[in-house]
Amino acid sequence: MLETDTRRDSIVESLLARGVTRRRFLEFCAATTAILALPVTYEARIAEALETAEKPTLVWLEFQDCAGNSESFLRARDPGVADIVLDILSVDYHETIMAAAGHQAEAAREEAIARGGHIVVVEGSVPTAHGGVYCTIGGKTAQQILAETVQGAAAVINTGTCSAYGGIPAAAPNPTGAVGVPELVSGVPVVNLPGCPMNVDNLTATIVHYLTFGALPATDGVGRPLFAYGERIHDHCERRAHFDAGQFALEWGDEGHRKGWCLYKMGCKGPSTFHNCPSQRWNGGTSWPIGAGHGCVGCSEPFFWDTMTPIYGRLPAPPGFGVTTSLEKIGAGIVGLTALGFGAHGVAKAVQRKRGGDAVQTPVEIDRSALRTGSDEEGGER
Amino acid sequence: MSRIVVDPITRIEGHLRVEAEVDGGKITDAWSSCTMWRGIEKILNGRDPRDAWYFTQRICGVCTTVHAMASVRAVENALGIEPPLNAQIIRNLIQASQFVHDHVVHFYHLHALDWVDVVSALDADPSATAELAQSISTYPRSSPTYFAQVRDRLANFVAAGRLGPFTNGYWGHPAYRLPPEGNLLAVSHYLDALEFQRKYVEIHAILGGKNPHLQTYLVGGMAVPIDPNSQNAINAGTIGRLRGLLREGLDFVTQAYIPDLLLVASFYTDWAAIGGGLGNYMSFGDFPHGNKNPSTDPDNLFLPRGIVLGKDLGTVHPMDPGKIAEYVSHSWYTYEAGDDVALPPLEGETTPNYTGPEPPFEFLDTDAKYSWLKSPRYDDTPMEVGPLARMLVAYAAGHERVVELVDAVLSKLGVGAEALFSTLGRTAARGIETQVLAEYSLDLLDTLAANIAGGDLRIHNGELWDPKDWPAEASGFGMHEAPRGSLSHWVRIANGEIAGYQAVVPSTWNAGPRDANGRRGAYEAALLDTPMADPAQPLEILRTVHSFDPCMACAAHVLDKDGNPVVEVQVL
Repeated sequence: MLETDTRRDSIVESLLARGVTRRRFLEFCAATTAILALPVTYEARIAEALETAEKPTLVWLEFQDCAGNSESFLRARDPGVADIVLDILSVDYHETIMAAAGHQAEAAREEAIARGGHIVVVEGSVPTAHGGVYCTIGGKTAQQILAETVQGAAAVINTGTCSAYGGIPAAAPNPTGAVGVPELVSGVPVVNLPGCPMNVDNLTATIVHYLTFGALPATDGVGRPLFAYGERIHDHCERRAHFDAGQFALEWGDEGHRKGWCLYKMGCKGPSTFHNCPSQRWNGGTSWPIGAGHGCVGCSEPFFWDTMTPIYGRLPAPPGFGVTTSLEKIGAGIVGLTALGFGAHGVAKAVQRKRGGDAVQTPVEIDRSALRTGSDEEGGER
Repeated sequence: MSRIVVDPITRIEGHLRVEAEVDGGKITDAWSSCTMWRGIEKILNGRDPRDAWYFTQRICGVCTTVHAMASVRAVENALGIEPPLNAQIIRNLIQASQFVHDHVVHFYHLHALDWVDVVSALDADPSATAELAQSISTYPRSSPTYFAQVRDRLANFVAAGRLGPFTNGYWGHPAYRLPPEGNLLAVSHYLDALEFQRKYVEIHAILGGKNPHLQTYLVGGMAVPIDPNSQNAINAGTIGRLRGLLREGLDFVTQAYIPDLLLVASFYTDWAAIGGGLGNYMSFGDFPHGNKNPSTDPDNLFLPRGIVLGKDLGTVHPMDPGKIAEYVSHSWYTYEAGDDVALPPLEGETTPNYTGPEPPFEFLDTDAKYSWLKSPRYDDTPMEVGPLARMLVAYAAGHERVVELVDAVLSKLGVGAEALFSTLGRTAARGIETQVLAEYSLDLLDTLAANIAGGDLRIHNGELWDPKDWPAEASGFGMHEAPRGSLSHWVRIANGEIAGYQAVVPSTWNAGPRDANGRRGAYEAALLDTPMADPAQPLEILRTVHSFDPCMACAAHVLDKDGNPVVEVQVL
């Protein structure tokens, strides 16, 4: 094993030593200030914080996951993932990228926990049914590993809707009793970065916020940072003017669809979804789902797998130009845990369903025929 | 004799555990276990079949796209829907670029550290590294200054005392053979490849809105519009930008990936005789010409369908989807008719029945059930799937470009065709395939541009979009070659809802446990006779397992026919 000394260096020393110019570093600080929606004056404060902060240790846990959030992490830019992994953080445990395997991998996790003050990132839900046999690593259950790893941690960041709220494994009838991390962890600050997957720009910004202010960012009622989830997609959508003008795509590939008109009638869930996709976009600002022609699916909302489906079902709305007012009310109603569905019956069932525990013995069925009513017949024609 | 456990196997997708017996410095037996299950089958039942692609795509975020593609093909096959040609070409483009992206990431970020000693790179001479680099490639970043910078960055990183993701690696292991300069070259390209993959995937953002988990698939076509006279659709500007990104991809593969692969391989040619395994290879074939569903139109594909048996490249056997069936004899599931039968996908059952040890545990009982994976068989025979299988079937079928590249690689390494049936062969085949598809992706873009120039703007066939127009009952299947191998989805639809959904997945073919007759799966067979320098540092196991590029979230999704209630699970 390689011998190393224990000297720690600051993030910015590390970046400069790697040939990252000071100018590029300041550009990154400016970009992060913008994502966090902070006044320009905070750029200097962020730069100063990063110049003095020690590299925090990051332990990234994967449970019932698809690695989509790890892949999203690999798409980081400004700073790129190489900068993050080598300089900004000390990523001591991440199954998808780490060199060590087996006992040596688990030893790296244990060493990080022993030092304490680490940041825990979780990806994937935690199965709780039947003693947690549905996810084991090194012979231990996900629940055991989570409990061990959050000991002495500075913060827990849940990436993606699965670790935040249970996600697809917890969708009805939740065969493995999957739950989100907040249901199992207490005594450690927790923040949720939902999305399927999460947008890595929001993870970078959350980490910088933590390093700069020594605390996690302010959140809404379901644990999401306001800087990234404080506004509805509909309110910042580049197609909003078409909605207000009553210009809708009605078939895939029709004139309205080709011209970039509103996708509300194709099932878009933007009016009831809180996420910064329209401004932040994806993959270096290249595009985002609505920009590419498909409606929003509502993936940053808790339990969207049950409450926002069917995907092509239309959100309820009264006919005509009153639509805007009504959608404002609907949107406001779901800031909390309440979810919007396609009929009162379906929503009630979805919210009532039991999460966690022994789902096998208490399967809760969602009445999907009820979900389907209230789709195409509602909403005004243009 | 000693029994070793590697859990977690890292640098893969998902949760994989290998137990092996080692005797006299060699592996004498091995067991592959998947330790995670989500039960997405139950979740799909009763939902809208047009939503299935969005759900199944979440089976895996590394192979993002592949389950979406297989799903829309399955539903289209069931309902008799043919997508417009533009949609088919866009799907092919997404798929080809997914292969390039996924294979590059696998080689540099998941597999390379099995062959490359990061710490040894600190001893490299930058000038000698530059000479080495320039002797094998025209890759532009090859100056002594560049390599000195990378070496110094690495030295600074190590001196700071925190190795991050390189903590506890097997540095200094006797099985590492590259000289320091080779290691520095590979580490430099490890970092460059991180940047490359981030940029290259913008192709997916353009065509799919985002990556991971593209969001423009539709049953009947694609949701990304085409209109040369719109700023909100695929237009000439979009095609120009795609062309630039695809060219960058081809350049990186030609100038970095392939030369690096050949360099590394030349130091490890003994691995061309290790890790062979089953010797049976299957490919469904893919990349349809025209707009027919490849599931039922196997004669019109860029990469051919077929089977190679017993390492015999003289014959390509036909592949019949009706001969696929799955065992659960050593899987944590129960079949109604008993656990020793094999069931075809459309008659499949998924009733979880965990009988393993109560966690935390040290060893599995590998004489009993020991994995969340089933054991798929073709014509009651275990098969290897993946890049090696695809390249062997294409080679045996006489695919011109594949034959040319395979022969060139064999000649360069000074080995014969028998070297293909190995750990090294698997790794080399993945590189060859990447080259073939990076070239092909530019042809696909030309075809798309020509079709648009001819006035065709259609991206969706909406004739059967409304479930009111569907038959009361329908069933179908979708076949697809994912980067990791042959993938099939099987769907039954009743009254507009999913009545049953099954998937038989590449990593299930490869990583599955023994079947009722005790026959090993591909990983288990490939690990036999692997030399182990130090069982406490099982680097050699990682080499062979990583050569398959495991994806366990895919493998263990296991989808069910009709949502039977789950029986009582026993925790011992």
